[in-house]
Amino acid sequence: MASAAAGSLPRYVLIRVLLVVPMMWVLLTIVFLLLRVAPGDPVTAAVGDKLSPEALESRRAALGLDRPLVVQYLEYLGRVAQLDFGRTISDNRPVLEIIKNQGGATLTLTLGAFLFALLIALPLGRLAGRHRDTALDAVIRIFGVVSYAAPIFWVGILLVLFVITFVPSWPTFGIASAETEFYVPDRTGIILVDAILANDSASVVDVLQHHVLPCFTLGLLLSGVIIRLVRVNVIQSLKDDYVEAARARGIPERRVVRKHAFRNALVPVITVIGLQFALTLSGAILTERTFNWPGLGNELVAYVTARDYVAVQGLVTFFAVAVVVVSVAVDVLNALVDPRVRY
Amino acid sequence: MRRSLRTIWQTRGLARYLLVAGVVMTAAFVVLAVFAPWIAPYDFAQNTTDAGERLPKLAPPSGEHWLGTNDQFYDIWSRVVWGARTALQVVLLSVFLSALVGVPLGLLSGFTGGWPDRVMVFLMDALYSFPSLLLAIVFSFLLRSAVGGGVLAAALALTAVYIPQYFRVVRNTTVSAREATYVEAARALGARPFTIMRKYLFGNVVQSVPVIGTLNAADALGTLAALGFLGLGIQPTEAAEWGYDLSRALDDTSAGVWWPALFPGLAIILLITALTLVGEGLNETLNPALRRRRLQPVRFTALAREGGAR
Repeated sequence: MASAAAGSLPRYVLIRVLLVVPMMWVLLTIVFLLLRVAPGDPVTAAVGDKLSPEALESRRAALGLDRPLVVQYLEYLGRVAQLDFGRTISDNRPVLEIIKNQGGATLTLTLGAFLFALLIALPLGRLAGRHRDTALDAVIRIFGVVSYAAPIFWVGILLVLFVITFVPSWPTFGIASAETEFYVPDRTGIILVDAILANDSASVVDVLQHHVLPCFTLGLLLSGVIIRLVRVNVIQSLKDDYVEAARARGIPERRVVRKHAFRNALVPVITVIGLQFALTLSGAILTERTFNWPGLGNELVAYVTARDYVAVQGLVTFFAVAVVVVSVAVDVLNALVDPRVRY
Repeated sequence: MRRSLRTIWQTRGLARYLLVAGVVMTAAFVVLAVFAPWIAPYDFAQNTTDAGERLPKLAPPSGEHWLGTNDQFYDIWSRVVWGARTALQVVLLSVFLSALVGVPLGLLSGFTGGWPDRVMVFLMDALYSFPSLLLAIVFSFLLRSAVGGGVLAAALALTAVYIPQYFRVVRNTTVSAREATYVEAARALGARPFTIMRKYLFGNVVQSVPVIGTLNAADALGTLAALGFLGLGIQPTEAAEWGYDLSRALDDTSAGVWWPALFPGLAIILLITALTLVGEGLNETLNPALRRRRLQPVRFTALAREGGAR
């Protein structure tokens, strides 16, 4: 029995990774169909008012837009496989370069947000689950609903207003002060890592300070979901036989909750964090706009406004790839933690 | 209807009160939306008084302008009231359309089975795994040239985002209901597939749709506001929209001007919370697995009559 379980973990991981291929293919096909089969000509939409008809025609040829759709489709898949997401029409930048330059800001924003979310949600969810149907439960649940329901950009604006009023010196916009951006050499594309590598403590503090508000804002959004989940799980596991058994052995209720019920309630949190990755991306786009954060979300919105099909297609493709990769990573992690998850 | 009302009444705990609170709050917004022309003192894009005098810019809340005015010389209270109308229009339209597409598609896919079902499930799962805001951005990007930037375009963009949710739920319930004895009996009687779907399966699989519908409405409202905030939603010339108003308010926050940001956001959060409460409340009262019943008073009418006869 034990050997069968041990043998099936690599098999599970292998199958899960192989399933990426069709998943990725479907997503890429959807992205391609949406953006390329849609009516309207990408080149005219982006730069039609700036260039002569001949120049437009040559741009179209350079992008391969004059070739049959099937050829374009196969080329698109081939290029994505080599991590080539094309060049933007409006300002002729490789999309991969945008991802390298701005992706770091989105990454640190998201990771910081998860940190805040867990710090807020785990204790609150446990409290609400343990004291089900009391006033405390009601308050925590309303907090969960409201923090999930509140438009993240509105929460961000209110936090900015609050901070400006009470701590006027605290930074509320951007990822670093102009000074830090000037002095810290760009090595990895992630300014926090660059500042640490440069061994410049003032810059590190500055960058971290800039992270607090955006990460907290995005973290609040995520905490709403996690609170609800932890609460329900604690309630469920408090009904389980092994918890009854622990109580029957005379273990104090506090310890039963902390050591027996809460731990098992945490396993699904990993899955949900993975599932919430999509929500996090959506939230990150809005947070970036609110705090003028130099990340991928802001770039995407700028290119959508500029009606640049290639840039939008490239960035959306990248997001699709990221979603698939994270979902696989979470499933594998879940299988490692929970031995019941196997094929 | 009467039976589900009784189910709600018999539920124990918070769920019932949350549901009632949600219904009351939603009703208040419906009143604002329906009677907007009479409630709002100004039109949604009116920056002068009826006498032609220009409204003040960024005036703080006062007796004249209850919630103040914004940077475009608009009266914020009027914008909030008209925004309720826009929000409810878009959300109703998109929930209706996505259920209209998603439910029959799920029914058909689940009933037919085989490879078409597999393909549909795979496609819908892929769409579902996509960040909803990103999908909405892509659709509004594409619809801009075809449908323009009005209420219809926003509703269609949201529709595309929420179809997979109806599809998944309806398809899964259909698959389990398909094997039920009553369906087999219908088949044995010679009912055609369409009849089975319409008369036997439909009624059983649509029960979860109201719950998903209200929760989706809450979510769609947030997505609509998000699109507006990013400047990709309803165009300001078409209608008043809370998200757009918030994006205008962003620039003035660093000056400490709070009223253009506070009130539209408050409206969004109140309506989303109201719809969420209705959805969750419905779920907790109608879903037997989550529901906790109240103890009902037992009336011994039969016994009492017997006792009286003796």
